[in-house]
This record gives sequence, structure tokens and C-alpha cells, in this order.
Amino acid sequence: MLLHSNVPAGPIERKWERRSFEMKLVNPSNRRRYDVIVVGTGLAGASAAATMGELGYQVRVFTYHDSPRRAHSIAAQGGINAAKNYQNDGDSVHRLFYDTVKGGDFRSREANVHRLAELSLNIIDQAVAQGVPFAREYGGLLANRSFGGAQVSRTFYARGQTGQQLLLGCYQALERQVAAGTVTEYDRHEMLDVVLVDGVARGIVTRDMVSGKIESHVADAVVLATGGYSNVFFLSTNAKACNVTATWRACKKGAGFANPCYTQIHPTCIPPSGAYQSKLTLMSESLRNDGRIWVPEETGDSRAAHQIPEEERDYYLERMYPAFGNLVPRDLASRRAKQMVDEGHGVGPRSNGVFLDFAHAIERLGADTIRERYGNLFAMYEKITGEDPYGVPMRIYPAPHYTMGGLWVDYDLMTTVPGLFAIGEANFSDHGANRLGASALMQGLADGYFILPLTIGSYLAGMDRRALEADDAAFRDAERGVKDRNDRLLAVDGSRTVDDFHMELGRIIWEHCGMERSEGGLREALSLIPELRDRFWREVRVPGSGDDLNQSLEKAGRVADFLEFAEVMCHDALARNESAGAHFRSEHVTSEGEAQRDDENFAHVAVWEFEGVGEAPTLHQEPLEFQYVPLSQRSYK
Amino acid sequence: MDLTLHVWRQAGPGGRGRFETYEAKGIEEHMSFLEMLDVVNQDLVTHGGEPIAFEHDCREGICGSCGMMVNGQPHGPWDRTTVCQLHMREYSDRDEIWLEPWRAKAFPVLKDLIVDRSAFDRIIQAGGYVSVRTGSAPDANSVPIRKADAEGAFEAAACIGCAACVAACPNASAMLFTAAKITHLARLPQGQPERWTRVLDMVAVHDAEGFGNCTNHGACQVACPKGISVDYIAQLNRDLIRATFRSGGEGGEGEAA
Repeated sequence: MLLHSNVPAGPIERKWERRSFEMKLVNPSNRRRYDVIVVGTGLAGASAAATMGELGYQVRVFTYHDSPRRAHSIAAQGGINAAKNYQNDGDSVHRLFYDTVKGGDFRSREANVHRLAELSLNIIDQAVAQGVPFAREYGGLLANRSFGGAQVSRTFYARGQTGQQLLLGCYQALERQVAAGTVTEYDRHEMLDVVLVDGVARGIVTRDMVSGKIESHVADAVVLATGGYSNVFFLSTNAKACNVTATWRACKKGAGFANPCYTQIHPTCIPPSGAYQSKLTLMSESLRNDGRIWVPEETGDSRAAHQIPEEERDYYLERMYPAFGNLVPRDLASRRAKQMVDEGHGVGPRSNGVFLDFAHAIERLGADTIRERYGNLFAMYEKITGEDPYGVPMRIYPAPHYTMGGLWVDYDLMTTVPGLFAIGEANFSDHGANRLGASALMQGLADGYFILPLTIGSYLAGMDRRALEADDAAFRDAERGVKDRNDRLLAVDGSRTVDDFHMELGRIIWEHCGMERSEGGLREALSLIPELRDRFWREVRVPGSGDDLNQSLEKAGRVADFLEFAEVMCHDALARNESAGAHFRSEHVTSEGEAQRDDENFAHVAVWEFEGVGEAPTLHQEPLEFQYVPLSQRSYK
Repeated sequence: MDLTLHVWRQAGPGGRGRFETYEAKGIEEHMSFLEMLDVVNQDLVTHGGEPIAFEHDCREGICGSCGMMVNGQPHGPWDRTTVCQLHMREYSDRDEIWLEPWRAKAFPVLKDLIVDRSAFDRIIQAGGYVSVRTGSAPDANSVPIRKADAEGAFEAAACIGCAACVAACPNASAMLFTAAKITHLARLPQGQPERWTRVLDMVAVHDAEGFGNCTNHGACQVACPKGISVDYIAQLNRDLIRATFRSGGEGGEGEAA
């Protein structure tokens, strides 16, 4: 497996300009001769499909939802970063670049991050022109707020529904292209394999989720915009359908999977209320702007919040990190919350949370201002818990939320398989070992609107285009593989449900490859996972048939993939014998209790090559160099 | 608590449906409504049955995937709530709950409680967008927008496309959905250039898809989990009349409403 990052030469602020100029272009009148497949319709997929359609390519876009607008980007609450410096508080492209590299704990590729910071400016312009109703000030100009990991206010937002509004912008742009005939939309179609011909990605195999029909789709290039894999934990803030299937099947076909152990735990989610819990709900990190996090000083204190006087409360983030206080990066906020609960300071009926308290903010700003800023989040919290956060503090606890790992891509966002691209959360590229808040939306849209539509043109202009039909042997084989696997799942006819196995896998991963990892725990996980996978294939029960709408079968295929993928995740966490960002190995801790990196041995991207189910994958490395942001120990004190 | 569920079961788009009755035992008040259905489904599968098919994804009221009639009410009894946000503390022991899919000619049933809502996408395709080519946008602060207009647009844009409005309407009209998008874009300067063609085209597709007309019942507004107001339908009607009477659908200069 060759890992050429293809980063252009020259000073960092000129690299993207240089690459854009060096790229081969496809003549506008020739673009309609090229077929591109986009899988996924979140921010990255929808914006890429819409933009390529505008450019004149023939695009087919696939989603397993009933409509592109359902993609999980819609649930992003807090905001989107951009280095506009509208607040005159010292922001710049360089500062956003710097914050992102540092926030990622020096495990991302500098050139990519700089390009992301540059393009952040264009994203906001684009979204506003589409009619995205961002928050505004009375003078009519855009409002900003601050977010974890930054000391400037660069986050644009639409109350707590920023992801929804940005996704609707992309979705509308996409539907415009569907009407124009440049994009064909395939709803309720799940991608189940990517097809390679002579080592080059030339299409996909899908299942029509209503009729059950397995179909081949031939194209000149394939783009995966299929999101992250947090649902490997079963309980996460991801929507229920989010899965690793597309990227994992691509990995099985030869695409390297980078840094799978970098999974982000979000500090502010509602704690689980019982064993039946089906998912966790995130409360936007923006709440940390005005809410103060605390626990009772006394362990096992079961008094109600209002009965605990100020002097018996521990505002532990403000105490430990005076400079950043409640706005420390996510990994620190999460780990400290876990520490507080583990040490017996947990609050709530199951003692499994910490308080996020708005009493001071309401006193200072009034309930109306707080309602304006966070009204929908407070309402959401009250619906779930039955408690009114205007009167009693919220209870929060960390939950899996985002995955920085993903398919390895070069500077042009192409995987190790020629013709196969990965964008948005599905790739590994920009966030290193830890993503800063309000940067996911930025990356998805930078990839989709501005990067991929250009770089894919360069690939298409240079590719060898052999005409192919959907009955080509490679496609027939892939279809047969998909059918056989579905038949096998249906034939097990055991006694346990798919969810049962998924929950068990989630418990193993949360315990051993979650917020804190150790060699012993990871080795244990690596022995438990294959054993669970064997039991799954012997004991699972998937009712119904493959010939119609069968949600159990859909789920079973996804969980079967998680059961294979989880092993690679643990191999990665084991091999990365350091702590970095969200990857916290209990063996590598600074004297202040923070992640202790080992730049000597681990300043690289770990890229895993699939060698067979149950076989140890092969590790390849892309070295990382830090020319513009000097390597340093992160400090938020 | 123990509950009795009467659930609409239908094998496929062409098939005949029927109500089936299930006992949901040991339901806890902290469960969400969909977690209660998960428990029922786990039990069904373990005992050799086929689980109840229902659509859902984010389970936090924002994706718009979920939706069903719960005792005759779209998304159930709670105000401004999707069915995934409904919690079982609403119910008591021995309650009976009837579950049906959205019923509308434009939404064929695909299976059990799942319907085909793709007609909504086609309404958006007719003009529910601003035609702005990627990369051609001016600086985001070059056009100030009154805070009240931005917020008005936001309120309308909060629609999640769940289709509860259609299910609630005795005419199965999708006017609230269509009007929310018309209003979102009509309140913003960016939406003005295409304002008059947009309303004509979107309403034409709305009608062609088989949705009924609005006769001002207002049931849609009550059912809407996002509190979208029927005032937007008045806005749509005003824009529609202006656009219709202006020559060539141009509607004259775009004055914000």
C-alpha cells in the first residue's frame, strides 16, 4: 500500500492555489460524459453532488434514507467555524489553522488543515447566499459565538439548529440539480460494495431497501460521503442508522483505513436512564459558553442541586484550567467528567452525570437571553428528562459523538484505491486526534463544495476510461457476494436479536476502547470481539426475507460489519502506544494528568490494510511533519 | 406499566393492512416512545415474529424521519414534539395505544408504519431553493438582513419535513410544508429574484402530487412538532395571488412581506 500524500510544494498559504492551478481540467462540454457516484447526502455528499452537477458532470447520489434531508449532519447543533474575523478579535486564517492543528494534538496533516481554514471563508458566503438563516445582530450583520478550544469568537450559528440549516441549504442545492437533470437521486438505496476493475474504483453495488433488489451502478469515479462510525459503541449521539458499512467494505477492497482509534467523546450529553437506552442525546457544546460545570465536593452527596451551597461545590474545570475554564477542548472536558463520576461525585438518580448550571448566567443575562440562545436545547432536555433546566441544573455526561479516523485520503481526497474518494467525516483528514467544536460542518462543506469537485476533475481528466457494462464480471461477482452474505444472515435463524449483539459489542468497545485505553484492556477486547462475532453468525435471528423492506436485515449487515471493524479499531489503539488527543492510553499521562504524546515514535498517520476477517491487519505509516505549528505539549491551563 | 398496542401491519405497498394487537409489558416511564417499540420488537423477534417496521433515525426530533398516528394524533399527544421525543411518562398502566401510518393519497404505505414521502422532495425540486452557483457568492456580510427578517426566515426554515401536517389535515394538504419553504426564502433578500416563479412552480407540483387544498382548518399547525404557523399559508396565498396576476409570473418588484 503506497501512501503518497501528494501535498504540493511551496509555502503553506500558497499550496491550494498551486494545486488548483496544476490540476488537469475537464473541458466544460466534456463533463457530461463523465459519471460520478456519490454515496451519502449529508453536508459533504449533498454539497459535492450539487456542485459537481452544476459543473456539468453526470452525478448519481445514493442515500439509505427516504430523503437526502434526513442525513445525520442535520443534528449538528452548535455552529460552524470560519476565520472571517468579523468580531475584530484577532482571528485569521492562520489562527484557525493553528488552533485546529493544536486542538488535533499534532496528528493531522498541516497542508490539509490550512486549506480548510482558507476555505472556511467561502463556506459562510455560500451558505448565506443560499438563504441559510444564520443568527444576526441588530445592525443586520452576522453574529458569532465562541466555542471550545478557541479564544476568539468565530462560530456562526442558527440557534441550536446550525447543522439542520446548513444541510437544508445543501439539500436544496442538490434538489435544484435533480430538477435540472444533472443529478439522479436514489433514495432508500444502501451501498453494500464498491467495485474495482483493474484495481480502479468503477462503481458500487446497492440494495433497493423497498424491493430488496441488488443492483450494480457503473461510473468513472466513486465518492464516499458516508459519515463516521461512532455507533460501533451502540450508545452514541449518532442517528440510529449511522454505520461503518460503506467505508469498511471499501477497506476490504483495498482502501487503507486511517487512525480508526481516534474517536471523540462529546462532553455534554444526557446521561443514560436505563438498560433500554437506544441512543444518547447531545446537548450542544455551545452551552458551555454560559453554563458552569460542577459536582458536589463531597462524594456520594445526594442532595438536590439547590440544597448544595456554593462553598460545597467544585467547579472543577474552572479550578483546573483557569485560562479556558468551562471551554477546554472536548477530550479534556470529557475525561474530567468521567474522573469526577468515577471518584464518586456523580449526580442524578444513577449518579452518572455532572451538573451544567445556568443559574449564574440567568442571573447575569436574564432568562430571555438564555432562551434566545439555547431555547430549543432547553426544550429538548426537558422533554427527555422531565426536568426544567431554567430551574434546576442540567445533568450531563460524555458520549461517543464523532470519529476523526476514516478512510485515508491524499491531498486530493482520494483513497489508496484510484478513483475512490472519501469526504467529510468518512475520511481521516483534518482533525488529527481530536476535533474542535464547530469544525465538522466546516470540513464537510469544504470537502463537498470546494475541494472534491475540483480534484475529481483532475482525476477524471487523467484516467483511462474503459467502457464498462453493469454485467461485467467484477460487478456480477460483487452482486453475488452481497446476495450470499444477506442469505447467510437470514439463514442463521438463531435466537438472539441483532440489537442484542450490537449492545454487547458496544459494551466491549466502551469499556476497553472508549475514553481511556490500556494495553491489557485492548488485548482483552481483541480476544472478546472475534468470539462475539462467531456467536453472532451462529445465534443471530434475522426475520423476514431479502426481497422486501426488512429493517432487521439492514441492521444485521451493519452490525456484522461493526463486528469486523471493531477489531481494527482496537489494533490501532494498541499499536498507538502513546496518548494523543482523544486517544488516551492510561500508560501515557503527564504529571498533570494530560495526554502524553510520543512525537519521536508516533508523529504519523496509522493506515491499516485489510488482510482478511479475523486476521491482523497490516500497519502502514504516513509520517507527519510540523513546519508551521511547532510541536508542543497542549496546555489549556 | 403494561400496555396494549393496536398496530397497523401491512406487508407492502400493494397489500391489505390490518390492525394487530400486542401486549407491551414492563414498560418504564423513562423510556422514549420508540424505545418502548424497540422493546416490543425485541420480544417479537425473539419469539419468531416479524418486528413492526417504523421509520426513525436521529431520535432527537430533528431529522424528520419518524412519525405515526398515535391514538389519532400525529406524533402523539405532546405539543411541539416528534414521536421520538415522546416519553412513556405520558402513559399509565393498562392504557391502550393505536398506531397507524400517515394517511394521504400522496404518501403510499411501504410497510406497516412507513410511508413514501418523496413527494416532498419533488415540491422542493420545483423551486424550493436559491439558484446560487458554488463559489459565486458575495461576502456574507455584504447584504445586511434585519434581525427580525432573519429570525422570521429561521422560524419558517425550522420545518423538518416529517409530514405530520399532511397527516393532520382532513384534505391531506401539504400547504404548511410548502408555505414554510416559500416563507423562509421570501423573507430573505437572497430569495427575492426567484420569489414569484418559486411560488407558482411549487404550488403546481404540490397539487399535481395529489395533496388536497387548504381550507383553513389549522390542524396542521397544531400537529407540527416545530410550531410552524398557519400564517405562512396566508403568506403563500398572498404571494401566489400576486404572482398569478403579474404578467409572466414576474410579480413585480420583490417587496418583503
